[in-house]
Amino acid sequence: MARTERVKSMSATYNAASGTGVSTPSTWRGLAMGRSGSDLVIASLLVLAGLATLLFGEPYWLLGAQVAITMIFALSVDLLVGFAGIVTLGHAVFFGLGAYTVGIASVHLGWTEPLSGLLLAGASAGLLGLGTGVLVLRTKGLGQLMLTMAFASLVYEIANRAKPVTGGADGLQGVIVAPIFGLFDFDIFGLTAFLYTLAVLGIVVLFAVLMTRSPYGRSLVGIRENRVRMQAIGTNVQQRLLSIYVVSAALAGVAGALLAQTSQFVGLNALHFGLSGEVLIIVALGGAGRLWGALLGAVVFSLFKDRLSALDPAYWYFWLGLLLAVIVLFAPKGLIGLVDRLMAALHPKEAQ
Amino acid sequence: MTAAILETRALHKNYGALTVAQNINFTLEPGTFEALIGPNGAGKSTFVNLLTGLVPPTSGTVILDGADVTAEPIEARVKRGLVRTFQINTLFNSLTVAENVILALDEHRGQGWRPLPSPSRRRRIREEAYDILGRLGLEPWGNREVKELPYGRQRLVEIAIALALRPKVLLLDEPAAGIPSTETGTIIEVLENLASDLAVLIIEHDMDLVFRFAQRITVLVQGAVLARGTPDEIANNDEVKAVYLGEGIHA
Repeated sequence: MARTERVKSMSATYNAASGTGVSTPSTWRGLAMGRSGSDLVIASLLVLAGLATLLFGEPYWLLGAQVAITMIFALSVDLLVGFAGIVTLGHAVFFGLGAYTVGIASVHLGWTEPLSGLLLAGASAGLLGLGTGVLVLRTKGLGQLMLTMAFASLVYEIANRAKPVTGGADGLQGVIVAPIFGLFDFDIFGLTAFLYTLAVLGIVVLFAVLMTRSPYGRSLVGIRENRVRMQAIGTNVQQRLLSIYVVSAALAGVAGALLAQTSQFVGLNALHFGLSGEVLIIVALGGAGRLWGALLGAVVFSLFKDRLSALDPAYWYFWLGLLLAVIVLFAPKGLIGLVDRLMAALHPKEAQ
Repeated sequence: MTAAILETRALHKNYGALTVAQNINFTLEPGTFEALIGPNGAGKSTFVNLLTGLVPPTSGTVILDGADVTAEPIEARVKRGLVRTFQINTLFNSLTVAENVILALDEHRGQGWRPLPSPSRRRRIREEAYDILGRLGLEPWGNREVKELPYGRQRLVEIAIALALRPKVLLLDEPAAGIPSTETGTIIEVLENLASDLAVLIIEHDMDLVFRFAQRITVLVQGAVLARGTPDEIANNDEVKAVYLGEGIHA
């Protein structure tokens, strides 16, 4: 309750400062900065869930690490799809490249230090993003979908064929990861892995939240909303889009690297088309363009997938499909849209 | 006469055999309010697109503030002070009115790459945005999404964005289009209060508006300049009268 009170008083002072006493409390709602109530609720729930898992959920630490990785991956896609309005059905290429970068560096070059491995993975994925982005961003809509898919398939097949380097279909076994800071070894319970991925997730989320509230982040929303107008106010749209493409690719690469480090294995699945589709579904499920929607979507999707595939290994995709159909039909703005409605119902005045 | 802020020399555009701009020589000085008129299909929009850089000319040059900008893209010309409004509202519809203006302010200041927020800066720029909105009577709408506004108000947001870019040359593409004549009052007021050193080129069908404000009028017909002069000269020009026969041109 104290929290919602604070939100209320914050928006009240905001309006007072602007000198307008008009209707809506949120100043930045169009730029996904308002509705901060929902964001706070989701953020609090996620932090609580993370803490509870840490303290009482020992068997779930490894799953927790995987969920955190999926969250980073989803965030990278939300920045691209939800904010900048670029569509992609090939983002697994960056995730997979990040994973293979760490794996190959460890197995073939003996580069086992984890933090520099993350940076290396981010850099190589970012570089691939730069190279492919120049081409992908020449197209729009379906063309973008096709091109992103095409690049992802190309890299997938290269990884499949380059067996001596990547292990091909068998995957890259025995990825060794040195202790973090030379102190914290990756244990079989997954505590280090869990804390490590949570820490990286925290940094990435902070970065993303700040960025989306910055003039840069809002200019991306501007491009999504109206490209022609953005150019007419003096923006080099192409450059701006390419920059977020690279950033998003690098973040996806970091997520992939975390998967390689925490599971000590890299398989072709990390590059697979299915993963590109899944992460897009996650963003849509959570609610695109809101950051916290994608994060919530990643958690819900991962947990559903884990539970359902345990309960019904053969037909779990059926139940997943059912869940998605229900969400799309009844909450077109995703899970975060449901939270918005809930908040509005609790505070009828604020919902105008 | 002061040096022209915007100039075209023998600006020409054709698509194969179809000529849409014929060797247009045109100058616009700071502080002048000029109107571009002509029947539908006369090439007014093409001329504007050539000026802003949306369409590359077949030959000829565009000179803006002393620099040859013929090869420059749209955004570079905007940075030099050539700002346009659109005939059909081209706005960030699901953003609020204030956000629309703030985006323009940020880009104008070169803040568009700034990856971190700064609350104090934000407050300043918000005040500035509301300043501009205040001039257009849009202040009460600042927190509303653009798409919630009536069309006439949205037309004003077009102008608010343009003003936020501190233009040297302002191209107004039919600012009163789509607004019932009873509601053009605000637009007229806004036009009256534009900065005195601003060069304005207005494309407008509403002849009342044109003859009320324009110090000079250029008449385009079939992609070529038919006549150019003061409102009186244009109103009494027989060729112009012939073109506008039945459309009721009057001073």
